[in-house]
Amino acid sequence: MKSDMSIASSSPAPRSKGYSFNIVGRIGLGIILFWLAVAILGPWISPHPPGEIVDWDYFGPMTSKFWLGTDYLGRDMFSRILLGARYTVGISLAAVTIACTIGVILGMIAAVIGGWFDMILSRLLDAINGIPSLLFGLVVVAAVGSSIPVLILTLAANYMPGSYRFARALAVNVNTMDFVTVARARGENTPYLIIREIFPNILGPVLADLGLRFVFIVLVLSGLSFLGLGVQPPNADWGALVRENIGALSFGAPAVIFPSIAIASLTISVNMFIDNLPTKIRDRSE
Amino acid sequence: MQAGQAVLFWKVLRRGFSLRQSFISLYLLVQVSKRLAIALLTLVIVSFAVFFATELLPGDVAQILLGQAATPEAVAGLREAMGLNEPAFHRFLFWLIGLTHGDLGISYANNMPIAELIHGRLTNSLKLAGVTTLVSVPVSLFLGIGAAMWRNSPFDRMVSVLTISVISVPEFMVATLSVLIFAVWLDWLPALSFGADVGSFSDMLRAYAMPVITLSCVVSAQMIRMTRAAVIETINTPYVEMALLKGASRTRMVLVHALPNALGPIANAVALSLSYLVGGVIIVETIFNYPGVAKLMVDAVSTRDLPLIQSCAMLFCVSYLSLITLADLIAILSNPRLR
Amino acid sequence: MTEKPHVSVKDLHVNARTDSGRMVEIIKGVSFDVAPGEMVALIGESGSGKTTIALSLMGHTRTGCHIASGDIRVGDNAVTSMTSRQLAAFRGTGVAYVPQSAAAAFNPSKRIIDQVIEITVIHHLMSRSKAETKAVELFRALGLPNPETIGKRYPHQVSGGQLQRLSAAMALIGDPELVIFDEPTTALDVTTQIEVLRAFKSVMAKKGISGVYVSHDLAVVAQVANRIVVLRGGEVQEEGDVDQILNEPAHDYTKDLLNAFKPATHVAQGQREADAEPLLEVHELYAGYGPTKDGEPVAKVLKDVSFKLERGRNLGVIGESGSGKSTLARAVAGILKPYRGYALFNGKELGAGIKDRTKEQLQKNQIVFQLADTALNPAHSIESILARPLAFYHGLRGAKKERRVIELLDMVRLPANIRHRLPEELSGGQKQRINLARALAAEPELILCDEITSALDTVVAAAILDLLKELQRELSLSYMFISHDLSTVEAICDDVLVMLQGEVVEALPASEMSQKAQHPYSKLLISSIPKLDTGWLDRVDADPVFAAQMADR
Repeated sequence: MKSDMSIASSSPAPRSKGYSFNIVGRIGLGIILFWLAVAILGPWISPHPPGEIVDWDYFGPMTSKFWLGTDYLGRDMFSRILLGARYTVGISLAAVTIACTIGVILGMIAAVIGGWFDMILSRLLDAINGIPSLLFGLVVVAAVGSSIPVLILTLAANYMPGSYRFARALAVNVNTMDFVTVARARGENTPYLIIREIFPNILGPVLADLGLRFVFIVLVLSGLSFLGLGVQPPNADWGALVRENIGALSFGAPAVIFPSIAIASLTISVNMFIDNLPTKIRDRSE
Repeated sequence: MQAGQAVLFWKVLRRGFSLRQSFISLYLLVQVSKRLAIALLTLVIVSFAVFFATELLPGDVAQILLGQAATPEAVAGLREAMGLNEPAFHRFLFWLIGLTHGDLGISYANNMPIAELIHGRLTNSLKLAGVTTLVSVPVSLFLGIGAAMWRNSPFDRMVSVLTISVISVPEFMVATLSVLIFAVWLDWLPALSFGADVGSFSDMLRAYAMPVITLSCVVSAQMIRMTRAAVIETINTPYVEMALLKGASRTRMVLVHALPNALGPIANAVALSLSYLVGGVIIVETIFNYPGVAKLMVDAVSTRDLPLIQSCAMLFCVSYLSLITLADLIAILSNPRLR
Repeated sequence: MTEKPHVSVKDLHVNARTDSGRMVEIIKGVSFDVAPGEMVALIGESGSGKTTIALSLMGHTRTGCHIASGDIRVGDNAVTSMTSRQLAAFRGTGVAYVPQSAAAAFNPSKRIIDQVIEITVIHHLMSRSKAETKAVELFRALGLPNPETIGKRYPHQVSGGQLQRLSAAMALIGDPELVIFDEPTTALDVTTQIEVLRAFKSVMAKKGISGVYVSHDLAVVAQVANRIVVLRGGEVQEEGDVDQILNEPAHDYTKDLLNAFKPATHVAQGQREADAEPLLEVHELYAGYGPTKDGEPVAKVLKDVSFKLERGRNLGVIGESGSGKSTLARAVAGILKPYRGYALFNGKELGAGIKDRTKEQLQKNQIVFQLADTALNPAHSIESILARPLAFYHGLRGAKKERRVIELLDMVRLPANIRHRLPEELSGGQKQRINLARALAAEPELILCDEITSALDTVVAAAILDLLKELQRELSLSYMFISHDLSTVEAICDDVLVMLQGEVVEALPASEMSQKAQHPYSKLLISSIPKLDTGWLDRVDADPVFAAQMADR
């Protein structure tokens, strides 16, 4: 069936445009880059040592000395948030990278090879997907205790099946395209098909998916830390900072508000950035 | 592959017209039982994962129970008594069979049967989930369908911004924010759920309000987005455009043509969003000190009460899986071609 | 005709917003009239704006487009200045629409009758029972089988040809003054098309309604229209009576369109040598899709297909959708493993699947697909697309490879600097040339062409056919040419296989197909191809019983 139902056929083919983002996307990207920089530079730019009690007052207000007030022990919140970025951004980034790398590679292989390999792998990973992520984290932390490598691996294991599923679906679509059939009919082997023909065509959506998965991981990590099962004291990511200072809630002190804002600013800006990616990158899948 | 099979199947159907009805029921039966079999298989794999994580990963359970100071003889004795010397696979099977009989084992922490510990808590959690469902489903359907109907209107944009914001922040932030607003600034509701006695109906309402509001926000945000997407997808079909060209009003296009075809996807979206309850409830029960299964489990994690964790985890996984399977079954059954 | 025109379009401009947010004018000042009871055809290729104009007659534009300026009047209605409420009242009663794909335009979850009479419900025209009676009358007038009960079915329970006629009933129920036909037969097979065209024509003539018929197919338009408006790039090229346009076209573009239609019979290149080994010989081939059971796939498509293709000659395979012609191409290419039968290539047995074939066999036997869009990897430049077979089969690299790429581009008449571009920056015709060039890069002896001109506009397709002929002269190739379009096959092939439901019903010499055809299906298929002749539809006589059977499949 020919589809003359879209207007695309009646307008001239769009010229290839550079990857330019609109203003909302740029703001999103700006905030992401800001937090990345903070995560890397944290210890050198924090005005006070994050672990040191610098104020006699706890839950202190915002002052010129302590920009974001002080926490339940009288430590500088600003410095603690700067250092918390390291844990939140670092752990999430490591977990999402592991999850997506493994997921995408397995997904493409399953899509191209198909058959038993695909079926068994898909079943198995679907089963892991059948465990709610926070629960998954709870059970593992209960079993082996919490440490940063455990957190990274747990989060990665938890989000890998989703990434696999996504990449596999995209790769299955591309795999049915005639250009892959032509390559196959030429006699090309499976690695060539995966690396040269399929991968470049799913890269855009896969990166967008990586961003969304990063948001989920940040949320689950913060949730675990909030429950006291994530990053352990004296270190603290943003979720743990909220937990530590939850007592400030009834005063409305800055100590509990700013870590929350930090989390929200990161996750919302990633969402903003991805929603405003040029459609060219976002939905190759259609 | 499945799509291909379906197409094939239709070709066969076109030929055997008189046999159509029986073919369809057979096809549905096969699809539904296939889905149920997959759910069962998933459950077995999940339970193995839970068992593996809680019994084998932590090392010697007897040692954990008795602490570092215990004599080796005592540890060995306990290990014998608990049957820990059996092969892991036997223990897994034994545990699984126990589960199906409702035998959840004994809690390490207070030596009570887990079934007893969970019983009252489960009712509480189900109440919370039930009330949340009653609140969030109508609200979300109304907002989701409305946003789709007046797409790109200020109303739609507002709904989009709100839902994206709620989805992008952790559940505990939604909770703390509602505490800040309703309990601290407005002083309407108590911050903690069951801190005070629940005497009258209004007390109960106030006690439930905060957890329900928080959970509803989290679940509704997902549901609104998915409902909106499902309705928009059907609005963009040629047959809705055809209705427009027949002179149908916007309301008629959406209510008569788009909605009946979107019912399946919407029901699917509702079931899927409700599965977010499982994650949300863990945070919400903890933060509001609500005596449900999730709170029990978080407490169990801090005391490393592994049998209790197992049982709670299985409980959550079963409810999560049932919701997801339900969503899938709805998707299969709502295909208009199969009616 | 001196009476006031029923429809008048004056200086219509329509703008569209592109993905990058720029405004582009897609209709650039179009004007034409439709007299009462007249059928005017809007003819043009994809991108000519014909559908956009037709929809604007209903005051409707697709997402992203809007009417920038101009006047549209239908009867007493000034369409361009109506409010959305007025438009809703006008649609369905003043003007009605017959869509390109009825299969998509029917709501799958509602019974046909409810959708057919919906216009009477929306506009409160008559009682339900009256509307149903009227619908049954229309079904009868449109030649639908079981007019009393067909409305009780759901859309997926009737055939495509029937749905298309039902959609005409749906348009006519409100007694509109104007009916818009938007390529209503393009999605149908030719044998089905004939019945549908007849039904449209007789109903429209009986009711004396004026109509606008949108199509890319001059031969179809010649049967149903009184006047033709030729469009290109959103502008009117020429306007005139059907006979004038067909016989004395004034504009060059119209002449091109007509020339593309001229039957160019093919003169055989290779001389048939007695006892020479055929290039390809296929023996009792069976193939199908789906999971295998007892060694046979569940869905059997090809049944007992045998043929020979001699070196330097071209074999056409024709048949309608679902006849198995593309499956045959895939089986010969090894993409689909046949489950029975075998093929010989240059006298040596050809492995069933790709993995069973030698690299040389793969190289000598290339396949080119219908949709150039999906056949070229959007992530690779033209150069790397063409260079890969050169490196893979011939081990070329560096400057040598680049020289060969330029040579290949020259062979398909494309400039050398196009090699730095991406596929999306090329036009449809250019992409199809690249597609061919990639096959040529392998230096094949046989090219399997699977509907390679079907998705292209007539003029572009004609140019591709010319190119194929030239290449054959230069490179001593053989083509196996799969198509649903008889005239394309006639233009390039020596022999033709007619396929029906996975079997070859007849093998014919291409030059004398209509004279030599014996099988009723081949006869029907050949006689169903519309001719550039206004009287064709009334004259064509195919076995009526058989034709009706085919139309209601």
